[in-house]
Amino acid sequence: MRTARIVMPKTAKKGEIIEIKTLVTHPMETGYRRDDMGKAIPRDIITLLTVQYAGEEVFRMDMFPGVAANPFAAFTTIATETGELVFTWTDEKGEAHVEKATLTVT
Amino acid sequence: MTNSHDHHLDRRSLLQGAVVVIGAAALAPATVVATPESMSAAMSNALGGVTPKPGRIKLDISPLAENGNSVPLTVTVESPMTAADHVKSIYLFSPENPLPDIARFHIGPRAGRAQVKTSIRLATSQRVHAVAMMSDGSAWADSAEVIVTLSACIDAG
Repeated sequence: MRTARIVMPKTAKKGEIIEIKTLVTHPMETGYRRDDMGKAIPRDIITLLTVQYAGEEVFRMDMFPGVAANPFAAFTTIATETGELVFTWTDEKGEAHVEKATLTVT
Repeated sequence: MTNSHDHHLDRRSLLQGAVVVIGAAALAPATVVATPESMSAAMSNALGGVTPKPGRIKLDISPLAENGNSVPLTVTVESPMTAADHVKSIYLFSPENPLPDIARFHIGPRAGRAQVKTSIRLATSQRVHAVAMMSDGSAWADSAEVIVTLSACIDAG
């Protein structure tokens, strides 16, 4: 089970630029490592993070094995309206982890 | 005169020898490393053949990383971030990692500010590249040399 952390303000003034920090637990196994028996460890990475704000995509990040384990990403967005932010991390098998947060705009 | 000329030649041949040694050392490890060809292929693939110019983008990364497993960085691009003039994408490349692509960020005018942060892996000391693709089709690049004391365990670990 993955856990994700979102750090962002709960409220913001309309038009304010807010920073959103995200982190999800994931090994980001590169596929280039070998175990103690010399057997190749298969690649297992998150390839995509998308963020939707009130139904519209505001941030997308494509990830490769060069992104560190427990991928961290921070970006900014303009507080436009009160609404839900939906964070979706997708791995190579298409499995997704979804996290939601609400921003109240005053 | 003859003496100093000979000395000059000696130094030149010495330098040439050194280049050969360094070249051999670079080829020696039988590990997976992005080649200059795969690096430029990754760049032109991501940028659609546009050649980036220096300027407008700043890659902020520590010049010395004790641990290559997680190196934090910030990329900031000078842009008004309006509907007419904004940053569309920011790309990170590593010439010495097994894969030259590290990450691609896609943003737009709703970002308000063109700044992204993440943490990356570095297999060895190298020059990390950041490229911004603008809405007008121009591309801007910055790069920074990072010395890695303990490399990311990308090979046998």
